[in-house]
Amino acid sequence: MPRKEDRRLLRGEGIYFDDRGRGREGSYVHLVRSPYAHARIKSIDVSKAAALEGVYGTLTGGEVAALTDPYFQLQLPPSNEIKDYCMAVGVARYAGEPVAAVVARTRELARDAADLVEVEYEPLEANVDGRRALDPNAPLLHPDAGTNLVWEGSFDWGDVDGAFAAADRVLRIDELHFHRFSSTPIECCGAVVEYERATGQWHMYCNHQFPGMALVFMAPALRTSMDRLRFVSHDIGGGFGNKVIFHTYLLICCLLARKLDRPVHWTEWRTDNHMANTHGNERWFRDVEVAVQNDGTILAYRMKALDDCGAFPRYEPIGCVVWAQVTAGCYRIRNVHVDFTQVCTNKSPCGPNRGYSRLQHLWFVERMLDVVGHELGLDPVAIRKRNYVRPEEMPYETLNGCIYDSGDYPRALDIALELVDYDAWRARQTAEDGRLIGIGIGSTLDSGTNNFAQAQLVNAELPFSGNNEAATVKLDLMGEIVVTLGTAPQGQGHETTAAQVVADILGVTPDDVHVRPGHDSFFNNHVTFSGAYASQFAVTGLGAVKGAAERLASEISRLAAYLLQADPGEIVLEDGHARVAGDPERAVSLQWCAMKVNAAYADLPDELDDLTLNCRHVYRAQFEPLDVSRAYGNLTLTYSTQIHVCVVAIDPRLGEVEILDYAVVDDCGVRVNPQIVEGQVHGATAHAIGAALHEAFIYDADGLLLTPNFDEYHAIRALDMPDLKVESIECPSPFTPLGAKGLGEGGGGGLHAVAAAIQDAVSRASDGIVTDSFNPPERVWRLLHAPGERPVRLVEPTPL
Amino acid sequence: MAEAGRRVQVRVEVNGRAHEADVEARRLLVFLLRDDLGLTGTHIGCDTGSCGACTVILDGRAVKSCMLLAAQADGCSLRTVESLAAEDGSLSPLQQAFHDEHALQCGYCTPGMLMSATYLLERNASPTDDDIKHSVQGNICRCTGYQNIFRAIRSAAEGMDA
Repeated sequence: MPRKEDRRLLRGEGIYFDDRGRGREGSYVHLVRSPYAHARIKSIDVSKAAALEGVYGTLTGGEVAALTDPYFQLQLPPSNEIKDYCMAVGVARYAGEPVAAVVARTRELARDAADLVEVEYEPLEANVDGRRALDPNAPLLHPDAGTNLVWEGSFDWGDVDGAFAAADRVLRIDELHFHRFSSTPIECCGAVVEYERATGQWHMYCNHQFPGMALVFMAPALRTSMDRLRFVSHDIGGGFGNKVIFHTYLLICCLLARKLDRPVHWTEWRTDNHMANTHGNERWFRDVEVAVQNDGTILAYRMKALDDCGAFPRYEPIGCVVWAQVTAGCYRIRNVHVDFTQVCTNKSPCGPNRGYSRLQHLWFVERMLDVVGHELGLDPVAIRKRNYVRPEEMPYETLNGCIYDSGDYPRALDIALELVDYDAWRARQTAEDGRLIGIGIGSTLDSGTNNFAQAQLVNAELPFSGNNEAATVKLDLMGEIVVTLGTAPQGQGHETTAAQVVADILGVTPDDVHVRPGHDSFFNNHVTFSGAYASQFAVTGLGAVKGAAERLASEISRLAAYLLQADPGEIVLEDGHARVAGDPERAVSLQWCAMKVNAAYADLPDELDDLTLNCRHVYRAQFEPLDVSRAYGNLTLTYSTQIHVCVVAIDPRLGEVEILDYAVVDDCGVRVNPQIVEGQVHGATAHAIGAALHEAFIYDADGLLLTPNFDEYHAIRALDMPDLKVESIECPSPFTPLGAKGLGEGGGGGLHAVAAAIQDAVSRASDGIVTDSFNPPERVWRLLHAPGERPVRLVEPTPL
Repeated sequence: MAEAGRRVQVRVEVNGRAHEADVEARRLLVFLLRDDLGLTGTHIGCDTGSCGACTVILDGRAVKSCMLLAAQADGCSLRTVESLAAEDGSLSPLQQAFHDEHALQCGYCTPGMLMSATYLLERNASPTDDDIKHSVQGNICRCTGYQNIFRAIRSAAEGMDA
């Protein structure tokens, strides 16, 4: 079903935050940002800026420290002593960190004024290598914490030592690296923020995608109540998790709006976005050991993970445990040991970028599987099928108590292989022009509706658990059906799918259902976990919508039963009417029902007193309490699957990679809107291929970002994309209201498949091993011509 | 620091209507359109003229309005995304094709895509697949993976042929 959202967006009438406030004189914020990755701020002089005609005011870190409290930290002592404000206070810790703000009558004047702010810096040594962060002489980012360690913990499931002793072979991989990149939505972050002195109320017209969580961080920091912070969004130009941690900038705007007693308008520059908004987590997997049988069965693995979260943990350290949703990937591995360490460095803070933390881990699992298969001389298809969780085992409880709700990985893989004609490609491993052909498989899971109790695995004191979303469906006086959601969509088509669900239940068409676009705290329709993130709308959002629509249907049926002198069980809703089943003449219109309840209720009996026809429902995902001491339990409700197959050709002289063929098979259970599902699969694949071949946040040794905007950061473009062959299977989830499984993030299948394909091609010509998730031509060239010491070794197992 | 005080008169025809504005000499065309003329369909996505969200048609050529000063448009005729729909608000065949093929998700790159596609189809009624991909090589999309955008442009082209 085509989307309701499209009409306004196609006509250029979308309402993005920067479109608001037309025709009135504005006041625009420009931020002064640190040019240094690490520097003491010795002084800030705003006097020349403030004196410029047209400048309304300024804000500095000193004021911020006086007016706000640091954001509360999720991690354990002493790392929870980190002081994180919305601006640098005394020290700048990453290049691009805001140091001062200027507000002026026009955008151009604000920039002029910012140039006049004089900041005296004393540069300090910066560390941009996560692997050095815990060295004794490494620059210390947060003296209050006394360490660059953000979090560390060990995870141990099954009988790891026993599995290694019983193995036929043990494979060692020295180090794998997952690189830093993000989804770079085309619309940058921003807000128009107003403050009402009379009531102490802030109104933030912005594009934050997770208002529920932002409130939890902002309200205590601003020393105000959550209700005083109103989030309003209408259309958002892409999120992908990159519009979650910028509540720090919203706080700057709140302070300015209050201080200057005027609305302020802040628009993030692309360069700011790349330098100082959200990076995806960078992660190393070190000292990897895999216990295998000769037939390719993987018994166990152990490894040390090192995660670099940038200068401040802002959604972190939750990423230190989120990967555990997919510990074993698509496979039946029952014994795992992971030592996980997260550190801070003088780089942009990390946030939950598309595929958050699972992406990194699934890439590692797929790489591990491929390397094992190659060392044992096993075909990548065979080793996967040997180790896949089998469809008859679903729902499948993993080694750490997660439950894979549904899926058929072998069938999805077979379809993907057929789509590219795998056998034909295998037959011709060298192209006519001398290029090396490689075929790679990426099996991945897109876990959705996460259990926020996983925060307890990071810090047992954190009180979070479960997941929720709210929706209201009402029947108005004139028979209008209006839906309000707690989510903040950025293109996922919530208006459309919500209308579909409501229409089905109330017996109307989707055109009869008006879904209010966007999020507004004043709808009073949000809960703590409200937002649009983490592949969950089909479960949480539509679960809330379904629940609200069912409550409304029940109220209508009870009223209609009274009016028609029938039993509520006999009432059916169809064509905008409530009818007695089998007796269509006995009917009452929805409009008449609304009239009765709202304006003509005096003759209704007492037992109908509770009818309001304005029904709110909070969907709550059901989870058992976790066994925190063992890190055991269900961390997420649904697992969508994507199996990717990629065929590449590599020019051995240049290391250039061209994708010749590409297939994806996805399974997200019941597909509420197949066209929207397929669009998400396309988009996730594009992000993953972009990251695999073109996109990276690269820092120099001084901590300056070398890819700060689209001139240098090569976001994947039309000419870079292969034609995608996409098919779906549907394995409904037994756990969700509609049988749908959330999707959207995608699980990074393209990253896994492209790495595997490059490896397959490289293996024709050298013994190089792909150890990095980012493979631009230079790296591929080195794998072919100068691979260096082999980071992979097969050893005999050590008996117990 | 730039010469803040200098101002210019800009006379420009946008979507068939004449406009006159008094703006700073350094004002970018995209801000003239968005802030001064209230035509917010043209979007800003980057600082370096790379993303194409600001694409408009100026004197018959597709240009990036963030890479032009408002002053450079003095005396010119411009078309923005707001010109595509009919007087009664109904979608043009190209817009309808984008809708039918689900060629937009967040909608932010969409106006730029539509203007680039319009520029292609006005010069080439039978574009090849390669022509279509090249026509939007200057427009970045982060949502759709481009697949449905190609389909929509192809569908619109075929509709023109018929």
